[in-house]
Amino acid sequence: MSEHHPHEETARSPYAARIRAIEALLLEKDVLTEPEVQDRISYMEARSPANGAKLVARAWLDDDFNELLLSDGKAAASALGMDPEHPAEFVVVENTPTIHNLIVCTLCSCYPRAILGRPPDWYKSFEYRSRAVREPRAVMREFGFEPPEEVEVLVHDSTADVRYMVLPMRPSGTEELGEQELARLVTRDTLVGVSVPLAPDHPIPADA
Amino acid sequence: MTYEPGDRIRVVPAGKPGHVRTPSYLRGKSGWVEAVIGPFPNPEDLAYGLSGLPARNLYKVGFKQVDLWDDYEGQAEDILYADVYEHWLEPGEGGTA
Repeated sequence: MSEHHPHEETARSPYAARIRAIEALLLEKDVLTEPEVQDRISYMEARSPANGAKLVARAWLDDDFNELLLSDGKAAASALGMDPEHPAEFVVVENTPTIHNLIVCTLCSCYPRAILGRPPDWYKSFEYRSRAVREPRAVMREFGFEPPEEVEVLVHDSTADVRYMVLPMRPSGTEELGEQELARLVTRDTLVGVSVPLAPDHPIPADA
Repeated sequence: MTYEPGDRIRVVPAGKPGHVRTPSYLRGKSGWVEAVIGPFPNPEDLAYGLSGLPARNLYKVGFKQVDLWDDYEGQAEDILYADVYEHWLEPGEGGTA
């Protein structure tokens, strides 16, 4: 294979090679056009956990927005300029001092892609999918977080036409922070519920 | 049959081949209707190129974790929610959760 071949990365993974072959066939048979493929790539690349962090930070600062986010997730996303259009519903569940939420899709890898983009690889793993419903506290412990014993753990298995995101609790000591600073404390894993936001004195992570 | 929030239900203990949106670990388990999500084209038909019509009601169903797993490690109050289509539900024992 030439060093400058545009699909050089196909050498790295049999899955990538297979996808490239399927893509080439779909184009050759006029099932898809090149612009359609590019549109889809742009769609996914325009979405990231930063959208979720932005929704969370605004909800922490604005009670009306908090209420909107919990009652109509798509309307809240639209209000911040995101494009939440997707056939599935988008529902946000709220952590409180007595409730901690965890999201999983045991059947496949349902995830609010219209808002957050692609799920993390571990979210699609057989291990996470099978264990998150059966031993959620052990799974969270392995991610470095354990809800206090008296907190109820609610697991949401996204089995059908609803995609879930967690609204975590605002960390203490963040009263002086603005929206962008708050958003940087909200990691991708926080939005699935396997973790909680960073403490305000945590070193700021590099942009993902 | 349609259900209201608080209704006790049981997940139909049947097996079904192909594309199914009700995980096997819930089949035959008892819980309650937490919320009515609304009607959607049946994804178990959509997967085979059919229309999925008539639309089926989708419910958010709650289960106590201790009712799902004999060896559950956690609080008796811990809950698992799953979204289950009406044709996978049947009336359960009386009372509400």
